[in-house]
Parts: sequence; structure tokens; C-alpha cells
Amino acid sequence: MSHLGYLIAGWAIGIGVPTLYAIYILSRGRKLADKVPPERQRWISSTEEQSRITDGQG
Amino acid sequence: MKIKFMAIKETQNNTTSSRITRFLGSCLVLGVPALILFAFVFSPKDDTMEDAVRLLYIHVPVAIFSYIAFGITAIGSIFYLWKRSRWWDTTAHASAEIGVMFCALTLITGSIWGRPTWNTWWEWGDVRLVTTLVMFLMFIGYLALRQVPASPEVRAKRAAIVGIIGTINIPIVNRSVEWWENSTLHQQSSLTDGNLEDLTLFTWFLGTLIIGIAYLWLLIHRFRVGWLATEYEAQGYGVAIEERQAEARAHNTETSGHLEEGEVE
Repeated sequence: MSHLGYLIAGWAIGIGVPTLYAIYILSRGRKLADKVPPERQRWISSTEEQSRITDGQG
Repeated sequence: MKIKFMAIKETQNNTTSSRITRFLGSCLVLGVPALILFAFVFSPKDDTMEDAVRLLYIHVPVAIFSYIAFGITAIGSIFYLWKRSRWWDTTAHASAEIGVMFCALTLITGSIWGRPTWNTWWEWGDVRLVTTLVMFLMFIGYLALRQVPASPEVRAKRAAIVGIIGTINIPIVNRSVEWWENSTLHQQSSLTDGNLEDLTLFTWFLGTLIIGIAYLWLLIHRFRVGWLATEYEAQGYGVAIEERQAEARAHNTETSGHLEEGEVE
């Protein structure tokens, strides 16, 4: 395969950078979600899911 | 009460995940290795670019999704100015951040591809390279502007204006190879000329699909992070206001106490 060094560098950056960014976003979200009550986390939107969380039924 | 509180802690959803993000994440876990397999094993090499063509399976999709990300920022900005809704502002901000990352990847992977193909890392005379760099810098400016201390409304309004102005560059970047044919090393679109082999075309579409899923997954998570950050900031303001009110109440009580003492004397 020709230009192997360029291919590896390009793909490593192309996949590595979004992966690192995703890890950063997830860890930041985890830290913030600990500090904000579930009822203020709008993606826990259904009443059923809200009550499941606040009633502690896992 | 204590048991209930502990139960909340145990079952609290302390992530930004949901069913949809888990589904998209699973697609990525399966899709990225499939893309690598198609890009490196199944797809043929190009007659002129040889194996360097395999870099385009990631370079072109990230370029397309940097346009889309900045386009979503513009739509979010327009809707923010119209509706004054925090939802649109958070969406615009989230999309701009991902767009900047994709735009940086477009420039980097393009440069790596350019070295074996054009024998240069960068060409200042190439209109597409320069306009892409300008677009990248404009959205770096957008993100920097959001860090300037101001009230949330003022910050969002300023950012929305810059977000809309920055997006004017997208058609210029996209059409530059046709408008300034003699000032670019870039070729015109290969997708529409019908000369691509089936597997090359399929790998390109697969790459676009995978990067599209990655964009959506990142956008949802980044939106939720932005939403949580605003909620947390609001809580902080709430606590600060309560503290000030408590201080004021204590001060008033103290003052009225002194007055009463004075009256007795």
C-alpha cells in the first residue's frame, strides 16, 4: 500500500480527535449531571421516567 | 425521607445519555470498524491518487458535516433572535463547537492528503483552502465571543449575529472551485460525474453516514452539556441571590434591633 504513513496519520487524527472530544463531553456531562436535579434535565422528559427516578424504582 | 433521598442518588441519571444516544453510539461502534475495513481493504485504489484516495473517505464527510454543523448554527441563531428561546441558543452553540472540530479535521486531513497528491502541505493560492481557513477562524471567533463576560441574553444575541454572518462563507467555500477555477488545486465534484467505481462510491456514502451519526450523537450530548451548564449557572445565581437576601435580612434585623435599643434608652 502506497503512502501508508499519511494514511495512518490521517485516519488516526480523523478518528482520534472526535473520540477524545466525545470522552471530554461525556465526562463534563457526568460532572454537571451530578450537580443538577433530574427534574431540570430535560431529556428525562417522560412523566413515567421522572417518577421512576424520583420514586427510586431504578 | 432519608431512604428516598438515597434511592434518588442510586438511580439518578447522572449522565447525558438516553435511549437515542445509546442507539446512535451502538451504530458508531459497529460502523467505524466497517468504514475502516471498506476504506482500507475493499475499496480499490485510484489511478492517479493511488492509495491516498483512502484519506478522502474521511476528509470529504468531515468537510460536508462542518458545513452542516455551521448551517445548524445559523438556523439556531436565526430562531434564537426570533423566538428568544434558550433551546435554539444551546443548539447553535453545540453545533458550532462540533463544526469547529470537523472544520479543523477537514484542514488537517486535507493537508495530509495534499502532501502525497499535490506535493505540498498547504497552498496559499488555493481559494478553497483559504476560504475554509477563514470559515474556521470565524467560528473560533464565535466560540471566543461566547466566553466574553456578559448577561446570558446579551451573550446569546451577540453570538447569534456572528453565527449568521459566519455562515455566509459556506456557499463561498463550497462553490469556490467552480467560481475561481484557475485559483485552486482542488478538482470539481467527483460525485456527480459518474466516473466513480461502485465500491468507491459506497465507501464514500458509508463514511458520510458514519460521520453524520457521529455528528448527531455529539450534538445531542453537547446540547445536554450546554443545558446542564446553564441550569448549574442559574442555580449558582440562585444561591448567590439567597445569600445576599439573607445578609440583607440579617442586616435589617440588626439595624432595627439597635433602633429599638435606642428608643428604650
